[in-house]
Amino acid sequence: MRGLAGDNAAYQTFLTQLSAHLRSFLRRRLAGLPDDIEDLVQESLLAVHNQRHTYDSDQPLSAWVQAIARYKLVDLFRRRAAHEQLNDPLDEEMELFTTADAEAAEARRDLNKLLAELPDQLRLPIVHTKLEGLSVKEAADVSGMSESAIKVGVHRGLKALAAKIRGVL
Amino acid sequence: MKTDDLITMLATGNVAVDGPPPTQRYAASIGWGALGAGLLMLLLLQIRHDLMQAIMLPMFWVKIGFVASLAAAGLFAALRLSRPGAKIDWVPLALGLPVLGIWGVAAFALIEAEPLERSKLFFGETWKTCPLLIALLSVPVFAAVMRTMKNLAPTRLRLAGFAAGLLSGAVAAVVYCLHCPEMGAPFIGFWYLLGTLIPAGIGALLGDRVLRW
Repeated sequence: MRGLAGDNAAYQTFLTQLSAHLRSFLRRRLAGLPDDIEDLVQESLLAVHNQRHTYDSDQPLSAWVQAIARYKLVDLFRRRAAHEQLNDPLDEEMELFTTADAEAAEARRDLNKLLAELPDQLRLPIVHTKLEGLSVKEAADVSGMSESAIKVGVHRGLKALAAKIRGVL
Repeated sequence: MKTDDLITMLATGNVAVDGPPPTQRYAASIGWGALGAGLLMLLLLQIRHDLMQAIMLPMFWVKIGFVASLAAAGLFAALRLSRPGAKIDWVPLALGLPVLGIWGVAAFALIEAEPLERSKLFFGETWKTCPLLIALLSVPVFAAVMRTMKNLAPTRLRLAGFAAGLLSGAVAAVVYCLHCPEMGAPFIGFWYLLGTLIPAGIGALLGDRVLRW
């Protein structure tokens, strides 16, 4: 709640606790696809962040979060179904060998790589304000973009990142 | 990227909710869409020449009341369906009430009318074009409302597409009232409803693909 009002520390705590809940929620439902759990945890976190303006404080938080996680889960199944139709069955055998036993916190999909694919006007605002921790004004000075372009860029960039995730399986 | 790094990234910088709340977003898209529908009507059709006399008649306001309450119910449905986990128990009732209301008035009008007059009350003069014109006028509203909905977070995409389509159809029908010369409740209860259901059906069909986020 305080996170949505702009309290960064509270927001970070909230997301960390949320990720643990998401992981156990998804682990129960994705027992057959252990590789996808952490990817989907990250995808859901990004969705929660991007779509946080749709949360209404009159509503139970758990219902809101769970509906998002469930939607992302269904979306994953739908993408996989479409993906498997397009690929020959050899892929399935290969998947046997790519099962990861690395630590759970390491996702298979590399968000850094996807971030690098974004065009500069979306990528730089994220890199400066979200990764390097600069203020909007500092980021504007460093990149030569206007402050409003930075704000819009962060917002659109994270949405574009979520869209890229949907594009790759 | 590790999940913890992603969390740190998301929690850095400005995390306060920005942008207008959902109700304002819908209000803006309906406003712009209705403006587009109005322009389209002025270009392709025209305002009914006897509008000034028509607004004195109660039936004109029954007609506006029906489509406006259908639009309000559509907005209610769209707002609920674009928020994850929001309850939609009341949506069928909200959508059903205006329809039942106009059907009640229509049944009364049909019973009162002479048997030979009944088919005229139902078909009017323009039954062939009315639903299609409403669907046509709904295009600008439809585009604006679907865009708004995609930027929110619908989780039941088909239902959400249906609600967005119904909302845009009903808004278009309000605009169409300024042109349409028909005043029979049975006509409105069927052909107007059909006109709003066309974009609703299209929305339900497209929802799965267009509204994904």
